[in-house]
Amino acid sequence: MKRLAALFLTMLIFIPGALYSAPVERDKSSISFLTRQMGVPVSGSFKRFDADVSHDPKDAGKSRASITIYMDEVDAGSDDGTVEIKRKPWFDVKNHPKAEFVSSSIKELGPGRYEVAGKMTIKGRTREVLAPVAVKKDGGLWLFEGGFTINRLDFSIGEGPWADTGTVDDKVEVRFRLLAPVEEKNNKRRLK
Amino acid sequence: MDKPVEDIGWTRTAIALHWGTAALIIAGFALGEYMGDLAVSPMKLKLYSYHKWLGVTVFALAVIRLAWRAFNAPPPFPQKMPSWERAAAKAAHALLYALLFAIPIIGWLGSSAHGFQTVYLGVIPIPDLLPKSKELADLLEEIHEQLNHALFLIVIAHIGAAVKHHFIDKDDILRRMLGGGGRK
Repeated sequence: MKRLAALFLTMLIFIPGALYSAPVERDKSSISFLTRQMGVPVSGSFKRFDADVSHDPKDAGKSRASITIYMDEVDAGSDDGTVEIKRKPWFDVKNHPKAEFVSSSIKELGPGRYEVAGKMTIKGRTREVLAPVAVKKDGGLWLFEGGFTINRLDFSIGEGPWADTGTVDDKVEVRFRLLAPVEEKNNKRRLK
Repeated sequence: MDKPVEDIGWTRTAIALHWGTAALIIAGFALGEYMGDLAVSPMKLKLYSYHKWLGVTVFALAVIRLAWRAFNAPPPFPQKMPSWERAAAKAAHALLYALLFAIPIIGWLGSSAHGFQTVYLGVIPIPDLLPKSKELADLLEEIHEQLNHALFLIVIAHIGAAVKHHFIDKDDILRRMLGGGGRK
């Protein structure tokens, strides 16, 4: 805690105004996922994550996003599932407590529609993902909504007998809904 | 004197439905007893799904059986059967039918309340009628289990009665359900 405070202070002192990061409103934001088990759709969600999103509607190229998910606070949709998914064959939360997404490029597809490319790291494995994102203003906030599909086996999620995709489908749909404050004009510079 | 079996027996359809249901509920019951305490594994997920598919099939067969029964009257009781036995048989059969409907329905509702939709054969989704609720799910699961224990006892009585009719009363109650001479 002290170290964190010190780091924060250091940042304030040495780079005042240089870093713009808009942490998302955690209460209003959500990251969920949908799997199929024996053909049955089962949804879960990540209860704790940090996300920094900065969005420049005039220049999509300058927008960026990074998300850190704390895997221990996952809800797999059932008591049994939530216990199981943290174990070694699945998320192996003990050795890989965080999953991360970092955007690498953002392309405008149309008004309020973007395509975000980035690196997704889960369980220590990094893969490129591509997610269409719809952006609109919602009150004083930006609402970012989108999703993408991953193959769980690309990240070794579900090893051993669980690698059987006849039981749990390889495809997992990830959906996110992030709300971040619209940035102030005088606070627009960013750390490269 | 009772009429010959061919004239007053069950239809072949009724016989097939009876034994089909019997096989399915034995399999479903055994699975249900076995799967609950298994550690989470792909096998457990499979067994739960098979159990649900069996239940949906039993329910569908129960609907078909009642419809069939409405248009194909069941054979009469043997004339020498005492009236208390007839009443007991009717009550037991009514209970069996009630459970053939109630057990799958409550199982399905419980699954919904647990947050797991039932997808018949992994292909046909059956809508969830209940929202996710742990309390409700646990309650429905308990009722589902207790009704199955009731079913178990009534099936034992059902088998016991058939055996008693065959060996003690020496009537054709068991033989006519074993088929062979069933009418069309």
